[in-house]
Amino acid sequence: MLYTIHNTYDDIENKVVADLGCGCGVLSIGASMLGAGLCVGFDIDEDALEIFNRSVEEFELTNVDMIQCDVCSLSNRMSKLFDTVIMNPPFGTKNNKGTDMAFLKTALEMARTAVYSLHKSSTREHIQKKAAEWKVKIEIIAELRYDLPALYNFHKKKTVSFPIVACVHSVFKSFAIVLSTLAWVNRKPA
Amino acid sequence: MKLLTHNLLSSHVRGVGTRGFPLRLQATEVRINPVEFNPDFVARMIPKVEWAALVQAADTLNLAEVPKEPTEGYEHDETFLRKMHHVLLEVDVLEGTLQCPESGRLFPISRGIPNMLLNDEETET
Repeated sequence: MLYTIHNTYDDIENKVVADLGCGCGVLSIGASMLGAGLCVGFDIDEDALEIFNRSVEEFELTNVDMIQCDVCSLSNRMSKLFDTVIMNPPFGTKNNKGTDMAFLKTALEMARTAVYSLHKSSTREHIQKKAAEWKVKIEIIAELRYDLPALYNFHKKKTVSFPIVACVHSVFKSFAIVLSTLAWVNRKPA
Repeated sequence: MKLLTHNLLSSHVRGVGTRGFPLRLQATEVRINPVEFNPDFVARMIPKVEWAALVQAADTLNLAEVPKEPTEGYEHDETFLRKMHHVLLEVDVLEGTLQCPESGRLFPISRGIPNMLLNDEETET
């Protein structure tokens, strides 16, 4: 996913990248290694951030920062402060329904150029509907099948495989739609 | 926490609105990390930086000679870009606090990670 973002869309190298719900920082570390100017991870979980921090030290990465906070309460605090947002948001399956959409909304607010996000394929139609409502262009760039072994006590099956969709959203704001379209077209490498 | 990151952060305590920026920085432990100089990236960041907030933070950390504003033709001024590269990316606040300028709420920085978590009463609906 990160290679595609970097090679096809050129949204990582020299860019300011945000990773919402970064957890142990897998996406951020990847973005950092692909030459992000600065990658900032956001997560609520102190333990995950500690692991992330240790990995950054171990890999001697110099272009990573991280913040402990509740992404859902970021709302419009960081409007357009990042070039790119990458994320693997909580899918909102058990006790946090709707979290993936809250993350998406925040991400779209924070990103100047594009948001790359992983979602369960079963939510694809819902996301497409929301994207239209928010006047945002959405493109499905990959579909992956992921075999998840039973990790929690409430998982009844031994393993479950479910498809995940990676989407890219570019932000088209209302009246500026023509300018944005031109920018989008011009942005593509020759 | 780098100063470029500090420049992005604001407080979202309930009722603070847009007056939660910039966060007042206090540092008890700071480390300087060498970071590869990338003039293109730094030049691109210059117009995006909230300059007054950066100068304030740099002053608190007693960083020498941060210009009060970008010099004209900064894109080609390597001395200026290198200075800004150092200030924005190489200074790492490991321990300290960030304070909301409106509510006074303190957010601790520990091991380089600011903790911006709010309790329920402080969170905006």
